[in-house]
Amino acid sequence: MAAYALRRLLQFIPTIVGVTLILFLLLNVLPGNAALMAGGPQETHVDSTYIELMKKEWGLDQPLYVRYLDYMGKLLVGDLGKSFLRRESVSGLLASRIWPTLKLAVVAMGVAVCLGVPLGFYSALRQGSWQDSVSMVGAVSGVSLPQFWLGLLLMFFFSVKLPVLPPQGYGDGALSNIILPGFTLGVGYMALLARTTRAAVVEILTTDYVRTARAKGLPAITVNRKHVLRNALILVLTAAGLQFGGLMGHTVIVEKLFSWPGVGSLLVDSIFQRDIPVTQGCIFFLILVFLLVNLAVDLLYAVIDPRIDYR
Amino acid sequence: MRPGLRKLLQRTNLLVGGAFTLLILLTAVLAPWLAPYHPTDEANLLYADEPPSAKFYCGTDSQGRDILSRIIYGSRISLSVGLISQGLNSLIGIALGLTAGFFGRWWDDVVMGLTNIMLAIPSIVFALAVMALLGPGLINVFVALGFTNWAYSCRITRSQALSAKSLDYVAAARALGYGRWRIMFTQILPNIVGPILVVATLGVAGAILVEAALSFLGLGVQPPAPSWGGMLSSAREKLFTAPWISVFPGLAIFITVLSLNLFGDGLRDLLDPHTSRQRR
Repeated sequence: MAAYALRRLLQFIPTIVGVTLILFLLLNVLPGNAALMAGGPQETHVDSTYIELMKKEWGLDQPLYVRYLDYMGKLLVGDLGKSFLRRESVSGLLASRIWPTLKLAVVAMGVAVCLGVPLGFYSALRQGSWQDSVSMVGAVSGVSLPQFWLGLLLMFFFSVKLPVLPPQGYGDGALSNIILPGFTLGVGYMALLARTTRAAVVEILTTDYVRTARAKGLPAITVNRKHVLRNALILVLTAAGLQFGGLMGHTVIVEKLFSWPGVGSLLVDSIFQRDIPVTQGCIFFLILVFLLVNLAVDLLYAVIDPRIDYR
Repeated sequence: MRPGLRKLLQRTNLLVGGAFTLLILLTAVLAPWLAPYHPTDEANLLYADEPPSAKFYCGTDSQGRDILSRIIYGSRISLSVGLISQGLNSLIGIALGLTAGFFGRWWDDVVMGLTNIMLAIPSIVFALAVMALLGPGLINVFVALGFTNWAYSCRITRSQALSAKSLDYVAAARALGYGRWRIMFTQILPNIVGPILVVATLGVAGAILVEAALSFLGLGVQPPAPSWGGMLSSAREKLFTAPWISVFPGLAIFITVLSLNLFGDGLRDLLDPHTSRQRR
């Protein structure tokens, strides 16, 4: 088990290196002079010696590969650099935003798993019935919904028409504040999980071991729970991990819509302000969470599924 | 279950999705004849924030522009983003996937490594990064979405090419002395185009959603161009006073994306033996 975990961790490294390299190259050939942006509003005339000074301060006078190696070296010790605009470290800026984003993601995930998996399971067992058709049309609709529109509509119904929930803001972590953004973020993911679960269960229902279990006279409920659900969950878990990236991406939109003080809002603000180290840090964080979730899924998979070889 | 009913249901996906997709395409092409007003020029502050009426079927926005006309013209933006960016993705994906699957060896490793890295970056996040680099604008949206989402096309093309490579018709083409490139493009590609098309259809839907999201954030197509996502970005402030501004553009995005997704699902049911092999 330990060896398997270690090997899986080692496979993780080239992906991280590749992702950081692509992002670094992408964001560091950015047009517009970063030092100039940091020096103040564009209209003001900035002294050229000052620009040189700023360039030196952020190491922008170095060649690209030196900057990348420097960036990677600092990344290893958790140093994401310093904001161009605010004279703070990026990790410091991120730190206060991480908790709200994770909270939102967990709530959305909870909504998705608690509703999506049973829905897909139910559909698969009643394959071809009208209940199946309705829930699958519902699932396609859920995948097709633009999240910010759903959020706007929910905001309209639950904060304007029927003022029971706050329309936006973090509200010092109050439960009522997270309901709307959490649900908005979770719906698309829920629909995806419902579809995945249905497909997995439909496939498992055709397997020999299910037929055997049925043939030896096990009650349907035992077959469904012990043979179908367990095996389906393994497949669903993998899909859930792979699709988690979409959820992390959508936090950006949902956070912006609901003025949620998370990493996503910070990312959008930093793009508007051309604060590249912050943009880079936020994107890196979102991808890191996605990759870590996948790593966790892989490890969990090995624990759940005895067929996985640990060697 | 009743196989006839199921078949019909699968076809319904395809038919309904296809019909609506066609309708939306027609709307985009015929926009100047369908729209009652000009989408950007006929702004009249006297008619600002009008609710839906016989004069303005979907109401007007804060600058007094007819929302219906803007939605009709907006279909041009959404569809062009979807088709052009997914076209680029398909081209890149097919070129890389076909060669990786066919040639294999180190080139396959390189392509798959790159594909896995691309898949690790959520498409919205990647698009945001590219928009941060290029700045807002329609052309930049094409680029941001057209170069960042090819991994799905690439993966499906590669796996299809890989399995097609060992089939008899490829061996036959080899025996006839066809060159490798000729086999790839005239023999294998036409035979595996189905699954690629399915991925592309779903990709168009995805690209339209991401464009709407980018424009909603203010990083995509810029006003006064009538982008559906952009129309919604100003709607939040008006939620209390003019909620219809939020309703109709979102509905347009939803129907378009839903039609494409249904169409794609229907195509998959039709073309992919994997899912149609399902039991009973």
